[in-house]
Amino acid sequence: MTYRLLIVDDSKLARMAAAKAMRARYPDWNRVEASNADEALALANDGSFDVALVDFNMPGRDGLQLAADLRARSPSMPLAVVSANHQDEIVARAKAIGAAFLPKPLTEQSLSDFLQGALQQLQSAKP
Amino acid sequence: MNEQKAELLSELQIDALTELVNIGVSRAAFSLREMVRAQVHLSVPSVQLVDRGRAIEILAQREISNLVAVHQVFEGDITGRALLIFPETKSLELVRAITGGDLPLEDIIELEQEALAETGNILLNSCLATIANMLHRSLKMSLPEVLRGDARTFFSLAPPPLAGDVVMFLYINFAVRERDISGYIAMIMDLPSLTALTHLLDEFIARTTGDLAP
Repeated sequence: MTYRLLIVDDSKLARMAAAKAMRARYPDWNRVEASNADEALALANDGSFDVALVDFNMPGRDGLQLAADLRARSPSMPLAVVSANHQDEIVARAKAIGAAFLPKPLTEQSLSDFLQGALQQLQSAKP
Repeated sequence: MNEQKAELLSELQIDALTELVNIGVSRAAFSLREMVRAQVHLSVPSVQLVDRGRAIEILAQREISNLVAVHQVFEGDITGRALLIFPETKSLELVRAITGGDLPLEDIIELEQEALAETGNILLNSCLATIANMLHRSLKMSLPEVLRGDARTFFSLAPPPLAGDVVMFLYINFAVRERDISGYIAMIMDLPSLTALTHLLDEFIARTTGDLAP
């Protein structure tokens, strides 16, 4: 079963880095990309992805606001907030939303650990 | 990027540089958060390649009052200056936040210079070290120096720039809302350093994106 990962980041480079890390460990997964919260929510309306990776510091609505919106629409979707800004408040807010927190720069290991957990969650949710 | 010097860097190089700065400043904000024990809010960073005159205009438009800057020179494959800038009226507040708030005003004034230099040192080193590591290069940092003045003072430091050189002016706003503290981090480099930087950015982009690079 292939799943679709949403990558939200205003930096194209950061999206490319996440895509590379995903392909290294989960080459059969597909990805969709958004460069801001509005684009991501439009994709959410279309049900275009199963797992979301959201950058925190973006122009417009930030990644925590987006993560909260995505969580409200989809209470059980695996979700991660990605940021180099690992201040306690940010990490705590991500946890409160029910999102994982992955430090930037994103490593293959940390993304693959997150995706492994996401995979188990998605598979166990299946009837 | 509507500045006239924008063509010196490709869109992806600007993107990579902005992302490096974002990660560097985010790490620095973590250090500041530890020092003031309150959350530090960061803006989305902006990177512009402009001449000195334009850099002065940009900062002057945002902050007209007297400013304080902690200034450090970095040297290596790329050479330039990094500045932590904030309004002079906020500097005592910053020192008060860092020292814990129990000291009488006269002690805070006495400590101000040293505390500003040390705060700048920690923030700028944290930011530049992160960037240098990600570029796989090392940068030598000078001791911090506290400057007072305005945008013109900070961007016209000796030695004077060669005619027509380019300033990479990147700024990110940081704020500690509980303490009414806010300021900018800016970096300046000249044209030869900018050329060296484009090569380092290309290597960084190739490492980061692997076979996905265009």
